[in-house]
Amino acid sequence: MKPSSGAGVVLIFLLLAFNVQVLAEVSPDRQAALRHLLKQDCGSCHGMTLKGGLGPALTKNEIMHKPKQLLLTTILDGRRGTPMPPFRGLLTEEEVNWLVELLYQGDI
Amino acid sequence: MPNRNRLLRCVKPLIMISCLGLTACATLRGTGDMGVVIERATGSVQIVETSSRSRLGQVTGLGDLSHASIVYSRDERYAYVFGRDGGLSQIDILQGKLVKRVIQSGNSIGGAISQDGRLLAVSNYTPGGIKVFDTQSLELLVDIPATYGNEGKRSKVVGLVDAPGQKFVFSLYDAGEIWVADLTEPAKPQIQKFIKVGNQPYDGLITEDGRFYIAGLFGEDGLAMLDMWNLDKGVKRILNGYGRGEQKLPVYKMPHLEGWAMAGDYAFLPSVGHHEVLVVDRHTWQQKKSIKVHGQPVFVMARPDGRQVWINFAYPLNDTVQVVDTKTMQIIKTLKPGKAVLHMEFTPRGEEVWVSSRDDDRVLVYDTRTFEQRSSLEMKNPSGIFFTSRAHRIGL
Ligand code: HEC
Repeated sequence: MKPSSGAGVVLIFLLLAFNVQVLAEVSPDRQAALRHLLKQDCGSCHGMTLKGGLGPALTKNEIMHKPKQLLLTTILDGRRGTPMPPFRGLLTEEEVNWLVELLYQGDI
Repeated sequence: MPNRNRLLRCVKPLIMISCLGLTACATLRGTGDMGVVIERATGSVQIVETSSRSRLGQVTGLGDLSHASIVYSRDERYAYVFGRDGGLSQIDILQGKLVKRVIQSGNSIGGAISQDGRLLAVSNYTPGGIKVFDTQSLELLVDIPATYGNEGKRSKVVGLVDAPGQKFVFSLYDAGEIWVADLTEPAKPQIQKFIKVGNQPYDGLITEDGRFYIAGLFGEDGLAMLDMWNLDKGVKRILNGYGRGEQKLPVYKMPHLEGWAMAGDYAFLPSVGHHEVLVVDRHTWQQKKSIKVHGQPVFVMARPDGRQVWINFAYPLNDTVQVVDTKTMQIIKTLKPGKAVLHMEFTPRGEEVWVSSRDDDRVLVYDTRTFEQRSSLEMKNPSGIFFTSRAHRIGL
């Protein structure tokens, strides 16, 4: 029964990895990388200071009154028909949550 | 020889002045082998020269330089920097100093210089439109709002280029329009509008002869083309439905249409949402083929002789540069210059290319024949690289 036990190992591994990912706080290293990403790569469309470019401004004043869930799903899944791309697969939900908090606090 | 005397009188003070600014400057020099590199995060630029591949000096205080671009005065002495924060700065590259700086809008994206070198046009996102300035005084001459539809909405402006006959051509991202503005009389711009050209034009270019303006469309698989010799024929769609049947991939950085990657009968363009470079027949404007590449292309640039095309890619595959031989249409080299490769610029005759690696804080210089690295220059988050040879090219 080699094939199925192999699949079992993979499954356990995935579950473990998934758990670790959900539980883990965003590490300081990742935090620095995310800030960099926000400024540089989100910045290529939203402006390096996030005051807007092709994409809208993401400054505290602009997004404060928008539901967090909306921002979260926008970043994870992108917006169809617009240049806003999905970051699912590149960023974890935890990381996107952390980014949304950062935007809310205007700590950028 | 009165003429000669006058010339000498002019030159002397120039020598003295120019030696104050740049450290390496001891004698008179021309600017034909010089250039400017944007340091995007620090609001500064590095002045460089390509003959011995060195930095000559830094100019600071230029504001938000993400997505900044540069045009040159026709004497190749002044660089005009268009910053993201709406700043327009004039830099004297001989003296290595900022001459003038104005904040012209809240949010700009690029600029162009007129055929006669007297006018600078700046394109703005918010409020959307273009503004035209005097290259000497940086005074505003005319404001052209990109108003569209019936409710007076304003569109972001992209793909601004100069065209022969004191014209500027640009695209309206939100409106899906292309406008041609004739500024023969700056106070009375004559504007010709082409509406419904396609969904979300994201950038534009003009061929080196100034004849064809092409806008890339984000919202559709196709490009909009305007023949400047036959404006009455209107905008034609080319490459309609390229990549048909293939899943469109997300785009993490908008491609740039800059310069004109053209070799012989073919033009090379970035495909949006596909890891491909499109090859187009220049006479029929039909797609000849597509070349599979490493990622979503951002810049697709031809070496000045047209024999090679160099390509960089969008995040997260932006550590790579690929080179296509335009004779065989094959990838002949894959380079890993460093993290976040943002831009490339060829020396005027193309024997070397400068490549910026934003996250490694350096600019690499490669021999384009052997692909050997010739030099590496330290700079802070370098992005755009602009050599003075652009001064004499239409559309750059
Ligand atoms: C390729 C360009 C591009 C990139 C890269 C990009 N965005 Fe966007 N983004 C857009 C555009 C365009 C919109 C507007 C979509 C619309 O019209 O609804 C948008 C919308 C958004 C919104 C919703 C704002 C609102 O007011 O509803 C958020 C939040 C956002 N982006 C965050 C991000 C973050 C965080 C990143 C980086 C991880 C990022 N974006 C990267 C283009 C981009």
